Amino acid sequence: MSTDLKTEPAPEPGRTQGRFDGVLREIVMGNTLVAVLSVVLAVVVGSLMILLTDETVRETAGYIGARPSDFLNAMWTAISDAYTALFNGAIYNTNVDGFETRIRPLTETLKYAGPLILAGLGVGLAFRAGLFNIGGRGQMLLAGAAAGWVGVGMDLPLALHLPLAVLAGALAGALWAGLAGFLKAQAGAHEVIVTIMLNYVGYYLVFYALSKQGLLQAPGSLNPKSQPMPESVILPKLLGDRFNLHAGFLLALAAVGVVWWLLNKSAMGFRFRAVGENPDAARASGIDVGRTYITVMLIAGGLVGLAGVNQILGTATSGVTVDLDAGIGFDAITVALLGRSRPLGILAAGLLFGALKAGSFSMAAAEGIPVEIVLVIQSLIVLFIAAPPLVRAIFRLPKEATA
Amino acid sequence: MTLELRGITKRFGPLVANDRISLTVNEGEILALLGENGAGKSTLMNVLYGLYQADEGEILLDGEPLKMAGPGDAMAAGIGMVHQHFMLVPVFTVAENVMLGNESTGFAGTLDLDAARQRVREISQRFGFDVDPDALVETLPVGVQQRVEIIKALSRDARVLVFDEPTAVLTPQETDELMEIMRQLRESGAAIVFISHKLREVRAIADRITVIRRGAVVGEASPTATNAELAALMVGRPVELTVHKEPAQPGPDAFVVEDLRVLDDTGHVHLDGIGFSIARGEVLGVAGVQGNGQTELTEAIMGLQRHVRGSIRLGDHELAGRTVRKVLDAGVGFIPEDRQVDGLVGEFTIAENLMLNRSHGKPFVSAGTVRRGFLEDFAQRKLDEYDVRASGIQARASQLSGGNQQKVVVARELSRDLSLLVAAQPTRGVDVGSIEFIHKQIVATRDSGVPVLLVSTELDEIVALSDRIMVLYRGQVVGIVPADTPRETLGLMMAGERPEGSAA
Repeated sequence: MSTDLKTEPAPEPGRTQGRFDGVLREIVMGNTLVAVLSVVLAVVVGSLMILLTDETVRETAGYIGARPSDFLNAMWTAISDAYTALFNGAIYNTNVDGFETRIRPLTETLKYAGPLILAGLGVGLAFRAGLFNIGGRGQMLLAGAAAGWVGVGMDLPLALHLPLAVLAGALAGALWAGLAGFLKAQAGAHEVIVTIMLNYVGYYLVFYALSKQGLLQAPGSLNPKSQPMPESVILPKLLGDRFNLHAGFLLALAAVGVVWWLLNKSAMGFRFRAVGENPDAARASGIDVGRTYITVMLIAGGLVGLAGVNQILGTATSGVTVDLDAGIGFDAITVALLGRSRPLGILAAGLLFGALKAGSFSMAAAEGIPVEIVLVIQSLIVLFIAAPPLVRAIFRLPKEATA
Repeated sequence: MTLELRGITKRFGPLVANDRISLTVNEGEILALLGENGAGKSTLMNVLYGLYQADEGEILLDGEPLKMAGPGDAMAAGIGMVHQHFMLVPVFTVAENVMLGNESTGFAGTLDLDAARQRVREISQRFGFDVDPDALVETLPVGVQQRVEIIKALSRDARVLVFDEPTAVLTPQETDELMEIMRQLRESGAAIVFISHKLREVRAIADRITVIRRGAVVGEASPTATNAELAALMVGRPVELTVHKEPAQPGPDAFVVEDLRVLDDTGHVHLDGIGFSIARGEVLGVAGVQGNGQTELTEAIMGLQRHVRGSIRLGDHELAGRTVRKVLDAGVGFIPEDRQVDGLVGEFTIAENLMLNRSHGKPFVSAGTVRRGFLEDFAQRKLDEYDVRASGIQARASQLSGGNQQKVVVARELSRDLSLLVAAQPTRGVDVGSIEFIHKQIVATRDSGVPVLLVSTELDEIVALSDRIMVLYRGQVVGIVPADTPRETLGLMMAGERPEGSAA
């Protein structure tokens, strides 16, 4: 009996194990190497696109037979210029004078990363309990509207006003997502469908409130937009008025810590994970699966809601609009996937996406590279993550050992 | 005609499921393939049937190598298979199922059902089956469905028939009938491969026995070998086949079920007003063919069924209609029938699985935080105590063999203070060594004064462990009889016949 450790050659037939079957599980939680390699692949393909759209490269390709060195030089210039611009725009700008100006891009990256991390945590936490939270947009909008409503509708000192607005936003996001959890627990409604539909409901609800005098619309205005946020609810700037980085980023860091503790240390997180991996066993072990769905969606929605709060009270304080989510609700899904649904992974993925976002503007400004290239890279990352066997084949990695 | 497998090797990643297996089966002969669950029997037969491609080795029919790209090739070569889980379409008739995959068609692709009906009648007559070609398969008893599978194989002129664990779903009487059919097939010149892990059946029918362990042939045996010899070959060491237990010292009735009715969401009745009681220090075995309400009984006790009427009393607690957590808190230990579905979280570590049903408070959780240190000490102790073979407490449950997985479940359930143990199929898919161990634990639990409800479809297990036996048939209690009731009587009861003088 020396090698009693073995895997069953053929799995016993029966129900699939847990909510995620193998492939899906690998997509939302698979290993870090595949995630990193997916980014590498996406950047490679992105580079090809930069080359294809670069005019000098195309010109020199016309006489590649006569002077191949021109072509190669043009390629090199296009690629290196593009990534230099990305670096200058996202981390450290070497083209300007003075440390404060040079480091400014990094603070922009952090500013963009904050809400991506918050919303990414909301999506990732739901993943871990076996739920797909596709409702980031609606949750952010509701949260932003609620925080904005507290912001413009009340007149309180900062020490009270700001926390109240933040709380109101988180609560609105929590309830909006919790509704999907409740419907799933009570009626078995699939959370993907419900959260997607709640995006529309939320959008038009906020749109209505913004178009209605007496609700959220700025007095005397005809635009669907609220008044600007008063000083007393605006998240404080972290590095003075010269930088846009605000306290929302600290909120994101704190959330990473809390979610990490929740998932890895707490009994509640233990139950979340049990339900996510095998709801049948969780149920037979006395865990209330329905209540877990509700709880996890409340917390997830609260986190996504904080991303909305981050926007309205920090980044876009000129007033609530229906665009305040700025696509973050959906980008959060990518961030959570790339971060393997783990808090530290989501932190890293959020920073990367923040950098891509910050850098894309300077790439466009300096090199005329369309901003869309970055969007394409982001989409490719998801595509490669969703096809782990493809990434493995390209890099000739061995198959994931089952034992 | 002779079928020969020569040096078949089949690997799944690092795992060698079949390691250079060679065997031969001749016409008019029954070869039994004996081995534990996971020994590689089914893999080998799937290679033979073309479902898997062998990495090495070849299959020869009358000395000619066969090229098998799929089951179609196997069928064309005259190899038929009766699967453990029937490959039949329930809403089709017998004739439709038999022609499925080999449809004969007439003008413009219309199905020639008459030909199929004729074929079914012809084969039925030849072997004395009583099968109506126009009956819907889903309305037929399991034993008859199996005959449909056999007819289907024979209708393709199969000369080699593989029976993969065919008795798992049958009553003892149906098993006897199946053996009779297999003998007839042998007389008619078929070569038969009979896969099983049940020693009794193998000895009863086989002409030759090939024993497989850990993917390799470890020996041949003759049907005259004793159970102990066969078991030792199968396991690789001498095995204790009988369970040693003292006579029960039953105390007062501690667990009483009265007029229990369980319905599913569609209103279908699974348990129809059953009642029984178990005393402290007594094992009540629940016998019956799979699907006669056993699953619903254990789930109703655990609070996992939604529509439960009647009374389930444990001491002073009424359990009917309670949540799973309340039932567990009342001191009910539960070994579910399918550990991979209901018993374990495969991706969790052994340690995490050991606290799966105790995440709501002490001793594993304090102030909302899992006490990792305590859990790890506990897990290490249980690993040693229950002889779980694993690389450590951080090994994932899915990496363990069936027996070790089951030991983790048993360890978790028995390390609480129990006032009732519900054990459903506690040794299904478990190696013989672990079976011995788990049986001892169940007896020890009984001896400590806990009432035990044991559900099993293995009659041997029921007889070995129980103090009294309750037989379920179609959601009703056929009878509750002493453990020394003859097997024939139990078999008849499992088919629904009420014995003389038994108390229902």
